[in-house]
Parts: sequence; C-alpha cells; structure tokens
Amino acid sequence: MSAQAKTDQAPEMVSIEVDGQTLEVPKGAMIIEATDKAGIDIPRFCYHKKLSIAANCRMCLVDVEKAPKPLPACATPVMDGMKVYTESRRARDAQQGVMEFLLINHPLDCPICDQGGECELQDLAMGYGRSVSRFTERKRAVKDKNIGPLISTDMTRCIHCTRCVRFLDEIAGTNELGGIGRGENMEISTFVARNIDSELSGNIIDLCPVGALTNKPFRFSARAWELIARPMIANHDSLGSNLWYHVRRGQIMRSVPRDNEAVNETWLSDRDRYSHFGLYHEDRLTTARIKRGDSWETADWDSALAVTKDILSSCHQLHGAEQIGILTSPQAITEDQFALARFAQALGGAAIDYRLRSLDADDTGSAHTTLPLAGLSAATAVLLVGSNLRHEQPLLAQRLRQAWLRHAARISTLNAVAYDWHFDAGNELLAGPQHWLAELGGILQAAYTATNQGLTDDALGKWLGKQTSTEQHQRIAQTLIDGERAILVLGAQAAMHPDAGLLRQLLRRLAEVCEAERIELDYAANGHGAQLAGALSPDRHLLTAELARQSRRVLILHDIDPALDCANPQALLAACQQADKVIAISSYVSDSLRAVADVILPKAAAAETGGTLHNLEGRAQRFAAAAKPQGEARATWKIIRILSEQLKLDGCQWRSADELQQAMDQHLSQQEVTQREARWRTPASPANGLQRLGAVPMYSVDALCRHSLPLQQSIHAQGFDQIVMHSATAAGLKLAAGDQAKIEQGEDTVSLAVAIDDRVAADTALLPAATNHSAQLGAAIGAIQVQAAAASGDAE
Amino acid sequence: MSEASITPRMSPQTNAAAAVLTDKTKATIDHWLTKFPDNQEGRRSAVIQAVYAAQQQNGGWLNEAVLNGVADYLDMPAAWIYEVASFYSMFDLEPVGRHKISVCTNISCMLRGADQTLQHIEDKLGIKLGETTADGRITLIVEEECLAACVRAPMMVVDGHYHENLTPEKIDQILEGLE
Repeated sequence: MSAQAKTDQAPEMVSIEVDGQTLEVPKGAMIIEATDKAGIDIPRFCYHKKLSIAANCRMCLVDVEKAPKPLPACATPVMDGMKVYTESRRARDAQQGVMEFLLINHPLDCPICDQGGECELQDLAMGYGRSVSRFTERKRAVKDKNIGPLISTDMTRCIHCTRCVRFLDEIAGTNELGGIGRGENMEISTFVARNIDSELSGNIIDLCPVGALTNKPFRFSARAWELIARPMIANHDSLGSNLWYHVRRGQIMRSVPRDNEAVNETWLSDRDRYSHFGLYHEDRLTTARIKRGDSWETADWDSALAVTKDILSSCHQLHGAEQIGILTSPQAITEDQFALARFAQALGGAAIDYRLRSLDADDTGSAHTTLPLAGLSAATAVLLVGSNLRHEQPLLAQRLRQAWLRHAARISTLNAVAYDWHFDAGNELLAGPQHWLAELGGILQAAYTATNQGLTDDALGKWLGKQTSTEQHQRIAQTLIDGERAILVLGAQAAMHPDAGLLRQLLRRLAEVCEAERIELDYAANGHGAQLAGALSPDRHLLTAELARQSRRVLILHDIDPALDCANPQALLAACQQADKVIAISSYVSDSLRAVADVILPKAAAAETGGTLHNLEGRAQRFAAAAKPQGEARATWKIIRILSEQLKLDGCQWRSADELQQAMDQHLSQQEVTQREARWRTPASPANGLQRLGAVPMYSVDALCRHSLPLQQSIHAQGFDQIVMHSATAAGLKLAAGDQAKIEQGEDTVSLAVAIDDRVAADTALLPAATNHSAQLGAAIGAIQVQAAAASGDAE
Repeated sequence: MSEASITPRMSPQTNAAAAVLTDKTKATIDHWLTKFPDNQEGRRSAVIQAVYAAQQQNGGWLNEAVLNGVADYLDMPAAWIYEVASFYSMFDLEPVGRHKISVCTNISCMLRGADQTLQHIEDKLGIKLGETTADGRITLIVEEECLAACVRAPMMVVDGHYHENLTPEKIDQILEGLE
C-alpha cells in the first residue's frame, strides 16, 4: 500500500537538488511530489497524487547520484542532500527503454482512438519514443469488456498502470476491477463479465493514461482539438462540483472534472459527468406552447407572453397578489431565484417557495453545514441519519470514506435500509422512518446520561425523558462523545421526513451535548442560493402544504415537473387542477405539465445562461454560459423582465445579466442563511402499519438527470417498477416476491410487483419518489396500504 | 491506525455465497487464518491457502461459485480472489482430470532430458500439454517453470508430490499407479 507520509504537524524539511535546482521538501515525500511542486516535469503513467503508489509503469525512472541504477521518482523518498538528475543520459536512456517496452503491445491505433490528441501515452511517446519500432513480433490482442453504458473499453490499448484498479479500490471503494492472469496474459478485468456500477465510475476515464477506457456516450463524436473547455458548476447536489464542459459549436459534448481541492478534489460523480446529455433530449422545450381547448399549440414569444400577462393581470386585479403562488426548483441558479423573488414582491406579495421536497410544514430549517465540507475527510466519529449518502452526495460520501480509511472514523447510521456502504458502518440502526424520532431520541438521551448532563426543562427535554435508550443507542452516543472530531449528518431522506423539523432539533441538541459539528443535507442543489435570494415567503410557511389545503387561483411552476419534483405529487397535482390557471417556465415538456399547465414558456438551462450556484457551505460559484440555448429558450430573468414591463411592475427591469447580478450581489451581501429554532411539538406516537420510504433515486433528482439517456440506462435507474419489503413484512401482508400488489396512498392506487430484500427495516416499503411509477401517489414518506392485487390468484 | 489494517467492505458479510464451501474447507481456511494477523492484510495472506482448499473441495478446479464463496468467507472483494486464482499455475479455472501432472521444462531439467520426458508422457497418455485424458483420469498442466528440484532433474509433480530423477520406466510405473 501507499508509503505516503500523512501527518498533521508541520513536516520536517530536507534539502535536495534536482537538475541543479535546490528544493526544500518535506521529509518522507517522494521525489516526484517535490518535482511536481517545483514544476519539473517527470514522465509518468501509474503515479497519481490521489492514489497509492504502485511504481509499476517505471516511466518515472530518474538518475540519483550514488544510486547504482535509475530509481522510480514516484517511489523513492527524498533524503537530505540527494542529487537527482531527470534529464541525464542515464535517466533518458532508462525512460526511453521503458517507453519502448510499453509500446511493444500497444496497438498504436491513435487515428481511430478516442483518446488521440489528449493521450498521455501519445504525448510521452513523442518525447521519449523511437520514431521507428524495432519490435517485429506479434502484438497481443485483448478482448474488450462491456462494463456498462458509461465507459467504453479497448483493452488492447491498456498498459497496466492499474490507476483504474486503485481508484475503484481506494477512492470509490467498490473493488470492481483487478489484474487478472499473469505475464503476457495479464488483463485488467472484472473477471466475471459484469458492469462497473460505482457512482464515481467515470473518473477512471480521466485516470486512464491511454485510450483503454473512454467516455462511451461521447465516443467518436468529437476530437479533443475541436473542443473548447468552459468552466462550469454541477447542479445536481449541494456540493457544486467544479467541472469543464467541452463544447463544440455551441453544443456541450462532454464534461470532465476541474480541480478544486475544497470542493470536489479532482473527482466528478457520474451524475455530474453525464447529465448534460439531457440537454439534447427530444422532450426539450424549444418553443413556447399555449393550451387552446384541449390541445397544445406552439406559439411565438409574443403571443405566449401576452397570454401569460393576461392570466397574471386578471388574477392580480380580481383577486390580488395573494392568489398567485410561485413554486421554483431548488436546482435553479440563484439569478433565477432572485428574479422570481423580486417578481413576487413586485406583484405585491405573491407567495413563493423552493422547498418542494419538504413534508413538514413546521420545518424552518434548510440544508447547511457548520464546517467546511473538506472537514468531513477529517472526521473521527460520524452519525448519519436518514441518508443514502452515496446516492445523494456521491463525493461527500467519498470524503466520509476517506475519513474512515485515514482516521478509522467510527461511523454509525440510522436508516430504514442497510445500504451498501464503501466504509464500515460500525453501528447500524435499522428502523423505519416512523421510528427515527424515537431512535434519535434514544441516542440523545444516552448522550445526556453519558456526559452526566441533566435533561433540559423544556418541552423537548420532557419528551426526551419518556424515551428509552438501548445499548446500541449508548454505543453510538459514546462514539460521538469520544470522537475528537464528531460530525452529525442529516440526510436528504430525513429532510423529507414529515417530522423533519423535530429531527433537526434533536440533531442540534445532540451536537451540543457531544460537541459535534453538523451537516444537514437535502435533495436541493441550490437551496442555499434560493433562500439567500429570497425565494421564500417571509413567514416561511411551506407553500406546498398551504396549496394542499387551499390552492391559489394562479400558480407559476418554475423548472418543475409537478409529478416528479415534489415530495407529494398527488397534492401538488390536485392543487394545479384546482387553480384557475397554471403558468410553467420549463426546459422540458412532460405529460404532467401538459395535463395541468395553460401556457409553457421555454427556459434555457443553467449551462446555457450562466449564473451562480451556492453550495452547502454558502460558497458562491459563478460561471458563464457554456452552450447556446436550445431553440427559443430564454433565461428566466429575461422572461420575468418582459412580463414585469408588460404588467408595469417596478423592481425587475434589469437590462442585462450584469445588471441583474449586481442587484443580486447587493441583495446577497445583506443576507445570511439563518437557521431558526422552531418550537418543539410533541410528536404523535409512531403509526402502526406500513410506512413508505420514497427516497429520490440518484438519477431522478432533477429534469436534466431524468432526460440523460446514459444515466437512465445505468443500473441505478432501474427497478423502480416494484415495491421492496422485508420478507417478514411481506409475509404479514400475504405477499411473496413477484406478486402484483395494489398500493394505496391517499385516493389513488397503483399496482406494482413485490420484491423482497431483507436489508429493509420492518414495516417499511421502499417505493422511490420522482419516478413515473409513483407519480400518482402521495407523500414520499408516509403511511401506505399494500395488499395483493384483487383476485390475481383466483382468476388464473 | 494505519490504512492497511482497516477492512474495506462493500456489503455486510452475508455468508450466502460462502455456503458452497464445505465444513472441511472452512476448517482449513480457519486454520490458515490463525497463522496471520487478524486484520485485512492478514486475511489477504491466507487467500492462497483458502483458494487451494476450495480447489481441493471442487474436484481440482475453481469455478465462479467457489471463488465467490472464498471471497465471502474471507469477507473481501471478489476481485482480490480472482487476481490470485488467475495468477498462480497451481490453480485451474477449467475442469481437470482426477490427477494433475506438471512436468518441469526449465533449464536444468531441459539439459537433463525434460523434453524427452514430456514427449514420453504425451505419447503414453495420448494427450498434449494442457489436455485431459478422455477417461478424465489425468490432466497434463500447461507449462511449469522451475519447481526448485534441479539437483534431481528431470522431475515432475503429480498431485502435489515431487517425483525426481525420472526415467521412462519410472514414469510408466508412476502413471500406472494413478487410478
């Protein structure tokens, strides 16, 4: 394994000389680390700063004084007074010799290779290779593997650097690849034909120094030199990974990570890497649509805006602004949120909200963190509540894995499913969502006891006094108290819980008692930006909950599919039906929008307008447009500006994106995200019967992901047409695997096949939200009734 | 704690795949596990012996099921087991005969007539290197490099036992003794 020294103290320095240049280097560092830092170039294939040292490609051989033979720079620690020559005759000879051997079995098919023009082997062969090959024997050929919809393989090109193997072992933690066979017959392979399913799999494309692993959906569509790299921020989770979009003639062809040590290091999740294919889906809206009678007509902007203006002005005049409700997607850029918030104000106080995946009307909290996200890698004790972190925030989960690898972090979980972690979850509390409050209460009570603190005298303390703590609660509490750097993580499932506000309060107390930091997550990518920009009515009432009680006359849906983008699609669709008119500003058309909307205005995607995204830490990351908007799609703020001009409203008259951003920045400088402590309300005792856990699948979190074909073909987007239960739960309902079940929630029923998985907690049914199979159902977390589909057995 | 001593683990050990291993195989693996430190690297050290035990159980060769069984029983990624099983020549990934013969053809044995030895065996059994006799009695393992018995070359290994200073007569006698 790695011999890299990792210490927290300021390292002892030694002095070495490389090519006559004196360098001060931390003791124990490898030569290549020192030269990389000093900008001295040493060729390499297998070395990567984020991976363990393999020293198997031998390309980085350098000449070290007094050493009897050339030494690999990646695996030779520096010593005081060491003299290194990277370009001496001996070093060059060694490097050229290695290059000749590396090219023996390499096909040199650069003209038909996707990596051509951006290939480390090609580049170094120019510098170190011979112009004519001396190898006349037969080259070996290796059969290609099918490892799934995202990565394409040409294994004959592989030079066995094992970066991909080490990435999957060390960073992704899925150990899916290995070096199979020996000598001439060695292959990098999964051995048994299977896909690579890691949620971070795409990174092995970037790591591969040759064209053995390439981007499958991008393959053969463009050459590296035709592409312009444009910096971009990913907006599928609240990390805000930095990336480059590679653009050809206004169209985004692929994406690769952009280094930012504080955010995504050098990695990118597959979701951020492949989502852009969704921009060019056939459901993309390129012109405005107006509903006439029962049919939809395409319209030009003038007539669509005229219709929109009429709807708004007549509602405004007849019923007042309070009869207008605006729901905006928390994935949208902060500029959009700001424009909508100003528009709501200018209308005279229209209600606006971005918290679409919330179910707790009393929850005033939002996603935030009390420490820099990079700090998660340094955690020594972690409690994860209601989260499938690997799917919600793949790169945060990777940091948690690093905490476990490097600091032996003790990780506890409270979940309704025993998820496949890439770390050891030492204490796994398995409980359905209806029991999460009681379980968290048990841990909190144990923490009070273990630290010899008395329970507080408030309502929360009184409720807590009635809870019981088990031995496992005590063990978890003890790890958090003992942990030097303890972190409590509230996951997206917990944020969607009907008692999310109470869970937050318990978590906050627990953080105080254990002196722990907190990270509170949700499914929103830019919730922070939306809140800062003011896309939230001052009273913070949950608009979706209000609409469920009493809809408004006019609803504006910004970047939302009402069936897929909220925690209770049944309630939102009913509210849309009740409303007189529904205006949609959307990048895509969908059946549900066609069913409820009266006019749909085509919205340009974030990548097509540029903008600002605020990540969980509040880090504002601004980017310029990378691609041309599709068809007649326009930025939201332009639509708002024209509408407010036509409605003769003040405060929304930005003449340019710059002016909007100036106004926004001025507004933001006076804002900070506040976490209000809500009043504790004593929760109802857990309901008997089955609870649904409707987690949002990784690739269903927003419209862009849902329309990206490569992502939808992956294993993580399959199997949503079933309801998953523990075998005992299913047996209690007289259901077996494969049976058709009738699932009832609210007024609607759907029929789905039953699947059995004993990793699911008792009395819990997994039925994902944000999929077409569950779009008719109600709250993503809540009671459901399940029974065998009527007479299915008798009829046959 | 160092990096190496912590267990990377994809999913909880279910022991579902390990069910293919017999109690005897499991006992052998347990025996070898006691000889190494009780951590991930220590368990990795026992992989060769564990795979060998699984091969013994499975009629002299390894299939996916027993390899996955070993991975599950040792609680480590299957890829690590595949790497070992595919690397060493003493592991066979295709069905073999009841007896396995490896003839050393490396330099010392070659100088002492290993090629003729091998030819004699091939003629006698009517099979080539890497093949199995039609009655499933004997498999001639593909190619062996030096087996560290140069002092008594030529030599061959039959079911793990060394036979040295081979002559055609001696070879016939050994082959006839195999059931």
